[in-house]
Amino acid sequence: MSDVLFTVENLEVSYGSIAALKGISLEVHRGEIVTILGANGAGKTTTMRTISQLLKAKSGSIRFKGQELTKVPAHKIVKLGISHSPEGRRVFGVLTVEENLLLGAYTRAKVNPKTLRWIYEMFPRLEERRKQLAGTLSGGEQQMLAIGRALMSDPEMVLLDEPSLGIAPILVKAIFEQIKEISRQGVTVLLVEQNAKAALKLADRGYVLEVGKIALAGSSAELLASDKVQEAYLGKKQ
Amino acid sequence: METFLQQLANGLTIGSMFALVALGYTMVYGVMRLINFAHGDMVAAAAFVGLTVYTQVMGQATSLFAVVAIFLLTAGLMACVGVILERVAYRPLRTAPRLSAVVSALGASLVIQNGIMLIWGPRMRIFPELVPQQFWNFGGVVISLIQVLILVISLVLMVALYLFIEKTRMGAAIRASSIDQDAARLMGINVNSIIALIFIIGSSLGAIGGLFIGLYYRGITFNMGWQYGLYAFIAAILGGIGNIPGAMLGGMLLGLFSAFISGYVSSTWADAFTFMLLIFILIVRPTGLLGERVAEKV
Repeated sequence: MSDVLFTVENLEVSYGSIAALKGISLEVHRGEIVTILGANGAGKTTTMRTISQLLKAKSGSIRFKGQELTKVPAHKIVKLGISHSPEGRRVFGVLTVEENLLLGAYTRAKVNPKTLRWIYEMFPRLEERRKQLAGTLSGGEQQMLAIGRALMSDPEMVLLDEPSLGIAPILVKAIFEQIKEISRQGVTVLLVEQNAKAALKLADRGYVLEVGKIALAGSSAELLASDKVQEAYLGKKQ
Repeated sequence: METFLQQLANGLTIGSMFALVALGYTMVYGVMRLINFAHGDMVAAAAFVGLTVYTQVMGQATSLFAVVAIFLLTAGLMACVGVILERVAYRPLRTAPRLSAVVSALGASLVIQNGIMLIWGPRMRIFPELVPQQFWNFGGVVISLIQVLILVISLVLMVALYLFIEKTRMGAAIRASSIDQDAARLMGINVNSIIALIFIIGSSLGAIGGLFIGLYYRGITFNMGWQYGLYAFIAAILGGIGNIPGAMLGGMLLGLFSAFISGYVSSTWADAFTFMLLIFILIVRPTGLLGERVAEKV
């Protein structure tokens, strides 16, 4: 667990004159599931988008396997081994399920049939509907597709941005079980969530983000027990 | 019946030229949400470039090889111009408000149009007779070799483009970029290269359209891009802008419609009726014939 795969140091990002991230630092070890918790507007999605270089950092550094990412253009990030299942799923609606998955392997010379098989085994719904247009899937199925698409490049680390957003509770459970499976297959997971309880049950460690700053960090057990998390996210009054 | 068949042949010919040009509008719009107003003038420029390639490079040869070479050279040159146009006029404004890009497109249109006038002069030039004047008479219906060539080559190009877009990895990347550029980047797609590719394809198809216009109508003027560009633009809207098969269908329908109006009513009314058709389609089906209803992104 001491093998540091990914680090963020003093990352600052702003939208015009508004600071969204005010110097956050975090690290992820190989094989871990790390979660970033926080309310709306805390900067969770901004963090994810900056890691993928869809947003450019104002200052600070992001390193993956020692390589600085802040100078790399967004379309080259996947090839380095980080893929991103974005907030709101962003599947290609007028393309079929299978076309979406194949685009996930766009940077690969050839689609890895084992990976495709594995994704279909995790999410059998996707295989049943592979010829269907992605836009006709339910929200939960689209989320499965977004996660599957992100896995198609055989990444070392996958960024999952709010996979539970707007999805029926029963599907959330199914998706979270598969995130565990993804981790078991050796993919490191960085998970952004508002659903703190579910995320902490799954994750090894977590960070709590509050208005652009890390307010709290620790193991999942520590965070679950902390007053702050209890109060702010799990609805327990003192 | 004779009039019908004659106008059908004429309509298919001009329709395929409209369709080739309309593809340039629709592909650029699909990925960039921008009407490239300079496209019509690029088409006009292609006819003049073709003229010069014929006189200066090919030494006025009209062998099959020479004609093919004129088409390929012109299409290649116009593809380069298209890529430069995107770099200079559109890329710097990628994140600017949309109106800025539209103004830039109108400016580029004027620059190209006046550029043609400065290089080739303000008077009408006659496009060379690259294809023999051969006609077939089917019981009163006259069809020329040029018409057959225009129709066949256009259809082949359109089918090839359709297969490229629908069946290849690169085609899927183009479709993905037109749906969601950020999500496309997350897949590792270099959206800038895709946009350059769109301009290469659109400009070279437009160039072939421009050469066809020269072959078919013979007289070419520096400002003809405005007229043909407008027709093709209407064709793209008619089929559903952003939709590639839509541009093909829209072009063909527009060509047939204007030919039948010319044949049965009067050619002076063709433009008026064409615009009435456009207004009618926009009222009945604002997204065009094959356009998808654009769903709001969640």
